[in-house]
Amino acid sequence: MGRIQLKQVKKSFGECTVIPPLDLAIEDGEFTVFVGPSGCGKSTLLRLIAGLEDTTSGMIEIDGTNATLLPPAKRGLAMVFQSYALYPHMSVRKNIAFPMKMAGVNEAEQTKRIYAAAKALNLTDYLDRKPGQLSGGQRQRVAIGRAIVREPTAFLFDEPLSNLDAALRVGMRLEISELHKRLKTTMIYVTHDQVEAMTMADKIVVLQAGGIEQVGSPLELYKTPRNRFVAGFIGSPKMNFIEGAEAAQHNAFAIGIRPEHIDVSITHGQWQATVGVAEHLGSDTFLHVHGVPGCDPMTVRGGGDIAVNHGDTVWLTPDPQHIHKFDAEGLRIK
Amino acid sequence: MATKASKAAARLMISPAVLLLLGWMIAPLALTLYFSFLRYNLIMPGDNLFVGWENYYWFLTDPSFKAAMINTLVLVGGVLCVTVLGGIGFALLLEKPMFGQGIIRIMVIAPFFVMPTVSALIWKNMFMNPVNGIFGQIASGLGFAPIDFFGQFPLLSIIFIVSWQWLPFATLILLTALQSLDQEQLEAAEMDGASWLNRFRFIMLPHLARAITVVILIQTIFLLSTFAEILVTTNGGPGTATTNLTYLVYVSSLLQFDVGMGSAGGVIAIILANIVAIFLMRMIGKNLDA
Ligand SMILES: Nc1ncnc2c1ncn2[C@@H]1O[C@H](COP(=O)(O)OP(=O)(O)OP(=O)(O)O)[C@@H](O)[C@H]1O
Ligand SMILES: [Mg+2]
Repeated sequence: MGRIQLKQVKKSFGECTVIPPLDLAIEDGEFTVFVGPSGCGKSTLLRLIAGLEDTTSGMIEIDGTNATLLPPAKRGLAMVFQSYALYPHMSVRKNIAFPMKMAGVNEAEQTKRIYAAAKALNLTDYLDRKPGQLSGGQRQRVAIGRAIVREPTAFLFDEPLSNLDAALRVGMRLEISELHKRLKTTMIYVTHDQVEAMTMADKIVVLQAGGIEQVGSPLELYKTPRNRFVAGFIGSPKMNFIEGAEAAQHNAFAIGIRPEHIDVSITHGQWQATVGVAEHLGSDTFLHVHGVPGCDPMTVRGGGDIAVNHGDTVWLTPDPQHIHKFDAEGLRIK
Repeated sequence: MATKASKAAARLMISPAVLLLLGWMIAPLALTLYFSFLRYNLIMPGDNLFVGWENYYWFLTDPSFKAAMINTLVLVGGVLCVTVLGGIGFALLLEKPMFGQGIIRIMVIAPFFVMPTVSALIWKNMFMNPVNGIFGQIASGLGFAPIDFFGQFPLLSIIFIVSWQWLPFATLILLTALQSLDQEQLEAAEMDGASWLNRFRFIMLPHLARAITVVILIQTIFLLSTFAEILVTTNGGPGTATTNLTYLVYVSSLLQFDVGMGSAGGVIAIILANIVAIFLMRMIGKNLDA
């Protein structure tokens, strides 16, 4: 079991309210990702759930029991920190054994679980090394191993991959997803990388300034963002927003259109524009174009073999089915 | 600075400084060694005969030598115990954010800036004196017999005074070490279910090991030569109860005017200090490498 419910949870540091009262329910077995810009309170929210920070007001329920005042150890959650927080003077084996030792698990059981975790995480050859003798990815796996052996009701990850290089990050991302599929334990994962959010999550919680902007599955957020913030935050490259006369034609204050939903042509189309920078990636070409009224520059995704360069003229046509309309407050118009 | 020529030039350039330092050290050491083999007593001016190992023989067989050795060890050991344990305690307290933290920290560090003679005199006359001292006053006020600290517990009293002086040093080093401990490690341990005691034992103490080693090494070197506190409080007495090796050398050469004997004592002290240093390095130097 691992159902976590936040009811009107609020957090202030002195005068400064970092998290205004918010409600959130995380279902058993769900992979929930908190995303948002830096400083929006993702870590704080996670630490509130972990019990490392006290709530200013509100209630945290874990599996139906009030856990607001429980110390971290009693909540049955395990956390993986951004800096891994391994114990530097202990070997990998001792690091992984530590939570079991604290819980008074007997030696035989400890050994069994250590080997199981080490096997699952490819750490068998490193059990006698100190954390200082491991690579970043291996340290990350040790941190995960230390979390697994406790058999927690939920895992909390705070940007666990942000210290790794791009290739390793993709690998670890898959490993964590696989781990979730296998263990079926609730996981809460904090990141500001929206690719991680989109690929791993069952449910994404988009945060801004401590408040929840939208909760939903990755595709829900992609297809029907509730407001301009979510629309701009989810999707890469970012959605283009057009204000003014063009938007007024659609009876909206602003319209949004994703780069992948604009058709590029060198002969005809709805808008005429000049190419600024063309990024040829092989599979795709991202064009940053100027001259579309109400949106400058506009980002457009073309096919990999589109042969345009700086200064060329192109014609753009948005796909009318994928135009998002927003009112003056930035909310979506249905 | 990597080529052969530049290395040679560098050696040439620093050689005057090295030679000066070497001379500075070697000259007194050589003189002490030389004197230690002479019959050289200021009361009996004469031809200062060369007497071989005689001075060493008499110094080592002197009954006060054994007492001085024991006193030195007890003094160093006692002060180390108090300052390391107390230093850890203070560091743990001072690390917590609290009201007036800055001032409290300065106050804790303050004893380190008081001269040893001054602090020993203050403790002797204002606190521990059975008639005028505050402790004596309190005891009589409560109807107890005041304690004559330097009469009844002379070595303990000196250990106390010296510890008072060195506690700030230990606290300072251990506090900075404690502050460099990654908070996330403690939080991780907390999530792993470790109580405060277990966090202290398994996370903080190993982290402090290196700093504790440094404190022990540095303090031992200075504590072996404790002198001022003894001179102004007990003068090595009663009897030889508070005479340590340094004080014994002082007694021989400057109270009995026997320069030869004093020098022999000095050489023995140097040898002992080096033995202790090697011993300590062996024992805890491993901690520094890790
Ligand atoms: N102990 C604290 N005292 C005061 N303010 C704090 C404290 N911890 C965090 N904050 C503030 O709370 C806000 C949210 O911080 P938090 O660490 O949760 O951000 P985040 O979303 O995790 O950002 P990032 O993506 O950069 O890690 C920040 O504005 C930060 O300055
Ligand atoms: Mg953070």
